[in-house]
Amino acid sequence: MFRRYSIQLILVVGGGLLTYVAYEELLNLYTLSVLMFMGVNIILSTSLNLVNGNMGEFSCGHAGFMCVGAYVSSILGVWLFTKDKVFGAPILDPEWALYAFPFIILAGGVAAALAGLLVAIPSYKTRGDYLAIITIAANYIVISAIENIGSIGGSRGFMGMKKVVNAMGDVVDLPWMPIWVFIFTIFCVWIIRRYVSSTFGKGVNAICQDEVAAEIMSVNTNKIKTVTFMLSSGLAGIGGGLFAYIIGYVNPGSFNILKSTEVLVMVYLGGMASLSGAVLSAVIFTIMLEALRPLQIIKWVVIPLLLIIVMQFRPEGIMGNKELSDIFPWMKRFYRFK
Amino acid sequence: MNNSNLKPDVQPVLEIRNLIQQFGGLKAVSDFNVCLEPGGLIGLIGPNGAGKTTVFNLVSGFYQPTSGEILINGVNTAGLKPHQVTGLGVARTFQNIRLWNDMSVLDNIRVAQHGKLPYGFFHAIARSGRYQSCERQIEEDARELLEIFVLQDFADEFPKNLPYGTQRKLEIARALSSKPSLLLLDEPAAGLNSADVKELIRLIRWIHEQFDVTIWMIEHHMDVMMELCTYIKVIDFGETIAEGVPVEIRNHPAVITAYLGDDNI
Repeated sequence: MFRRYSIQLILVVGGGLLTYVAYEELLNLYTLSVLMFMGVNIILSTSLNLVNGNMGEFSCGHAGFMCVGAYVSSILGVWLFTKDKVFGAPILDPEWALYAFPFIILAGGVAAALAGLLVAIPSYKTRGDYLAIITIAANYIVISAIENIGSIGGSRGFMGMKKVVNAMGDVVDLPWMPIWVFIFTIFCVWIIRRYVSSTFGKGVNAICQDEVAAEIMSVNTNKIKTVTFMLSSGLAGIGGGLFAYIIGYVNPGSFNILKSTEVLVMVYLGGMASLSGAVLSAVIFTIMLEALRPLQIIKWVVIPLLLIIVMQFRPEGIMGNKELSDIFPWMKRFYRFK
Repeated sequence: MNNSNLKPDVQPVLEIRNLIQQFGGLKAVSDFNVCLEPGGLIGLIGPNGAGKTTVFNLVSGFYQPTSGEILINGVNTAGLKPHQVTGLGVARTFQNIRLWNDMSVLDNIRVAQHGKLPYGFFHAIARSGRYQSCERQIEEDARELLEIFVLQDFADEFPKNLPYGTQRKLEIARALSSKPSLLLLDEPAAGLNSADVKELIRLIRWIHEQFDVTIWMIEHHMDVMMELCTYIKVIDFGETIAEGVPVEIRNHPAVITAYLGDDNI
């Protein structure tokens, strides 16, 4: 009984502990925000791993989809629940903000998933390097489009999300952002795990390893590509939405190709097609970024250097193609990673 | 075999009419006709570059023919994608083995059931009842198939770690897992040693009897073809140059010329 539900138990206890710690302000705001960014990074790296690791394509425009999610959920929240100089008076009573929040974030995810079609449809005919170029283009299309829409701030950015977060706190006095980030991080990893472990989702790995054989052995490759790209970008949109509400401010510049590269680094550090590797490397990467903060700008010399070293001595990443349970077999008693 | 002696009430498994495939100026297949009755074991031979694999690629939907018709179990495959053609009851293996090397042997068989999955993305996420029962059935069938092919000990192994002959066997097993009515084997004996070839002949004959499947194979090992096939078609430069029972083919002057060259050069 305990073994069967051990993961659920750990998650509930962890979530409760996080809420308690945040509520009692035992952690300072800085540590708390690092923890929240860790959650967002886990969402981003696991979702990109789906395309780059499991499907074997090279997407380097992940931040573009994150941007779509961030803007859609920010605008929805501000439009519905706050008094804003662009959108005017709130449409709904701010008291509803708390209950509507998950749907706002999901709406950002859906919008990002639709934006994912921008890459999914060309992927029917294109692959490899050429598709990578298309993903960069998609990233730029999204950013440039938003920069040119003046009513949502253009390149100056968009703000007002803090009011929505505060409105949630007014309804029930709990540290809502850490709670939502925690829930959505688990939600995303949970969806990806279920997807890749189903026979349906294993078609993704089949496409990666031999697309011709996959098509001949009855895998509808176009459908699988569409579903996978949309899922990946949709989850990135969820991550983007959370990111926007954590900071309380978004501008297109923070979702440029550098952000995409950051996510790529996490995926390649963790190991291709390894879900636990992607989670682990997102955690390590977030901590590393903060630990190297004293180095200031030199940080961006040290981190790429680390990547070079990893690629040189362990090109398959920390976990390689394996899950935690392959490396520590005792874990299988508690949780089946595959 | 020919249209004339086919009983009218028997639905041919595969019927190809006036098939032409042109790559630029090159006619890879020209005016190819065949009609396979259920239960046959037919051979397709010809020198290198004769267009044999092109014919298979056309049948499995990988190329769209320049002109001509391909009917599988009576359904015209024009405009269908390979996975849809597979759904009509065709399965094939490849000249160079194409297994999914980083997936377990069991998963290789499982993914080959993709076309028949009754559930989609949302069922997979929700782990619905339909998903559960379907996955259980697939796993059961896959294990059963591995047992039939005596591959059960390798279920969790990666195909790349298996010996070459076993990989061939696995690829054939994977093709059969979709319960096809027509099995296309593209040079199954390529790269096998003579002991493995004997084993393969036994395997193909056994499959032909056990699985109620029509087999059409390409092979360069003439002893394999002579021993297995009931009927052989010979092509060269895309043209059919001879067809008949093995004994006829062995002594057919056009075939000898195609393989050994003309005396009068």
